[in-house]
Amino acid sequence: MNTTIMLFLVQDGITNGAIYALLGLALVLVFAVTRVILIPQGEFVTYGALTYASLAAGQMPGTAKLALALGIGAFAFDLFVARKSLHGRLILRSVLTNVVLPGIVLALTIYFAAQKPPVAICIALSLVIVAMIGLYLYRVAFQPLAHTSVLVLLIASVGVHLALQGLGLLFFGAEGQRGPAVLSGAFTAGALRFTGQSITVYAITIAFIVGLWLFFGLTLYGKALRATAVNRLGARLAGIRTTLSGQIAFLLASVIGALSGIMIVPITTLYYDSGFLIGLKGFVAAIIGGLVSYPLTAIAALFVGIVEAFSSFYASNYKEVIVFMLLIPVLLLRSLAAPAVEEEKD
Amino acid sequence: MQSRLPILVFAALMAAIPHLPGMPPFWIVLLDNIGLAALVAMGLVLLTGVGGLTSFGQAAFVGFGAYTTAVLTTAYGLSPWLTLPLSLLVSGLLAVLLGLVTVRLSGHYLPLGTLAWGLGLFYLFSKLEFLGRNDGISAIPPLSIGSFKMLSPGSIYYAIWVAVILSALLTMNLLDSRTGRAIRALRRGHVAAEAFGVHTPRAKLLVFIHAAVLAGLSGWLYAHLQRAVNPTPFGAQAGIEYLFIAVVGGAGYVWGGVLGAAIVVVLKEVLQSYLPLILPGSGQVETIVFGIMLVALLQLAPGGLWPWLISFLPERTGGRKPDTSLKLEQRTRSPVQSGVLLQVEKARKQFGGVVAVNNVSFDVQAREIVALIGPNGAGKSTTFNLITGVLSATSGSISVLGKKVDNAPPQEIVKLGISRTFQHVKLVPDMTVLENVAIGAHLRGHSGPISSMLRLDRADEAKLLAEAARQIERVGLADQMHQLAGSLSLGQQRIVEIARALCVDPMLLLLDEPAAGLRHMEKQRLATLLRELRDGGMSVLLVEHDMGFVMNLADRIVVLDFGTKIAEGTPATIKTNPEVIKAYLGVAA
Repeated sequence: MNTTIMLFLVQDGITNGAIYALLGLALVLVFAVTRVILIPQGEFVTYGALTYASLAAGQMPGTAKLALALGIGAFAFDLFVARKSLHGRLILRSVLTNVVLPGIVLALTIYFAAQKPPVAICIALSLVIVAMIGLYLYRVAFQPLAHTSVLVLLIASVGVHLALQGLGLLFFGAEGQRGPAVLSGAFTAGALRFTGQSITVYAITIAFIVGLWLFFGLTLYGKALRATAVNRLGARLAGIRTTLSGQIAFLLASVIGALSGIMIVPITTLYYDSGFLIGLKGFVAAIIGGLVSYPLTAIAALFVGIVEAFSSFYASNYKEVIVFMLLIPVLLLRSLAAPAVEEEKD
Repeated sequence: MQSRLPILVFAALMAAIPHLPGMPPFWIVLLDNIGLAALVAMGLVLLTGVGGLTSFGQAAFVGFGAYTTAVLTTAYGLSPWLTLPLSLLVSGLLAVLLGLVTVRLSGHYLPLGTLAWGLGLFYLFSKLEFLGRNDGISAIPPLSIGSFKMLSPGSIYYAIWVAVILSALLTMNLLDSRTGRAIRALRRGHVAAEAFGVHTPRAKLLVFIHAAVLAGLSGWLYAHLQRAVNPTPFGAQAGIEYLFIAVVGGAGYVWGGVLGAAIVVVLKEVLQSYLPLILPGSGQVETIVFGIMLVALLQLAPGGLWPWLISFLPERTGGRKPDTSLKLEQRTRSPVQSGVLLQVEKARKQFGGVVAVNNVSFDVQAREIVALIGPNGAGKSTTFNLITGVLSATSGSISVLGKKVDNAPPQEIVKLGISRTFQHVKLVPDMTVLENVAIGAHLRGHSGPISSMLRLDRADEAKLLAEAARQIERVGLADQMHQLAGSLSLGQQRIVEIARALCVDPMLLLLDEPAAGLRHMEKQRLATLLRELRDGGMSVLLVEHDMGFVMNLADRIVVLDFGTKIAEGTPATIKTNPEVIKAYLGVAA
């Protein structure tokens, strides 16, 4: 192996790793706040990517309708929960955020899809659509289960993943899609060529890592979100609105997912089910970070990306096998390092 | 003890189904698929519902079973019957390998670990040359007896359902045994079970292997039903689906697995054939409905459907009382009847910068009741945990009968004849009082999992239950023997814990706040019981906050404050000790 190939592989690994890092961060975020292990993170990626690609190609993405449908579902859940104490302001707020907002976005999407909108509008619409899906999804699927064990939440999360992946096929078909580059242009440094796209990837990843780290470490609100994760009841008694915390976590996670998708789809062709694997690799990173540490997750994600790049060069057939089997020793080390604190309740 | 009648009726019904006139052959195919899924789900019931180990990777074991027979029958021409034990062996051995790494994972790392190797193995199946890569292996010979070949779904039907019913019987036998109780205790955490000698990693590995072998059996049958295998049905998706089946049926119940399999397989069929009519679109609509239903089910009926169905049946009133005339051999013990039983010397425990127990020394003599008292946070329960091996001491030494036991695991401590109760009750709430107490006698029984499955353990089991029943009577809970432990009041649950500890046949009993939550009369009865035990030759070390109780009962009192021993002596001297008064009431102004 010569140095050039090695450099190429490392560069490739870092670009992929940066995406995994973003996803890993989102997973850590959601887990830290809601204790949900967010398997559908991968679907946020594909939804973001394919919505963006569809819009750019002048097609109407089905995700906008899904957002409205989920929003109506969320509204129904709100009404049902508050059925004993309904009052006008509550209903109005719920209607506005859950029904009117996605309705307007749907109308905008229909309007723009017909006329091949510029890249910026495609990005904005895709982000908003996926963000709403994430938000309503939490309301409909996870909020009613918020008090249950990590395990129940995990199984529910798998159910959501299945449903979203099936819907993905319905919306985007089995064909893969590619989108236009977010930032064109490139420059070379030595043997390596940096595209505007990959620079965007690095910049956004770093911005998010630093941002989240600061948010959770330093701000009062970030600490409130973390408190929710540790003890819901305690957090509520301390005046933290725990459902709001969950919604914010899902909102952030879906935005991060969609953003990652939009950044990858100009580089690689994505299919409706590609997200699962991409998400799982972010997962490997998140778990190496113990589902708590942002910087560690980011480093682990780069490691995963590089391992993947090298194994696809040397043993391309066994690329996935190697990446996933990598997780086992890590899990083992983690378990040995920090034995589970016994849960008093089931 | 469960009646075998419903199972016989079920078996007869299943045997009759293919002979019903006008039975559409397609239904038989469905029943075959239900049986195959039920086998895997049954393993998951044991693993997830009973043992608390969630696995997303069971499909991989189905794959091991299927590929083993596929390779051996096609490439090496072995008879399918010869490959049956080999398929089971391969699944079992790989379960040992994967289990050794996996069961050590804790909390949510475990299901994630299974998801990871489930995915990894799926890719391995589809890449390996000798497994036929993505195309798999075809032309697998059918099962045959003599010249009768099981070519049609109708003929292999019997093989599948015999396997299902036998597996269900063996699994239920296993659960209703000494090993089964250890398995059922796993879900409630390992501290309590380990305090009575259960080797929890080994018990976890055991259920892991059991589930894998059942999955392997399903795979073996699958290969000979389809007579072709490819990687698709052994992927992560399938693993998730098996878990879904177990959750739908009711993950804690063997028959819930069968029920779940029936519901899911039929539902899938219905969805696949009718949904495209309602919702035209490219396939996979059933996964959408599937996913939505899984979430809805968790929200509406997290316990699954089987317990819901069972609740319509008339409640079973009480079990049979064990024959208490059966004697269980006493634990072999050292003949020491006097002198120092337990010696704690300068025991110290630090959690980071906090010194929870600070160089504490005391001893417990034979036939003596010693009380460990002190304000909250004084380090009493930590001292208990050091003695029983739950925590390891930072420094200092603990010896039993003059022999150092420093940092021995709880399973070894209990073998020395030291048993305990817990400050926060650690019973298995969905097991009866009798079964809970019988866990205490775990080390005094000898039957293993295989003999339990085959019901060769009955003599041993009867003695264990008899001992448990005797101890329950001794503490005065004979009327509650067959109630679920979770339905008792907290005070009664504490007493159940004492009965469980007595089942060890201990020389030293460690009681952590036994009188908390008891009424006045109950406290008096407890005090009488403890005095009887002492007079019978047992020593008692107890932590207690009820001063009246302690002062009347204890022979000697050790007082801790902020992890440090501040006084030791008879109740009379402790009552007047100024240090103690200061610790409890503060300094007089």
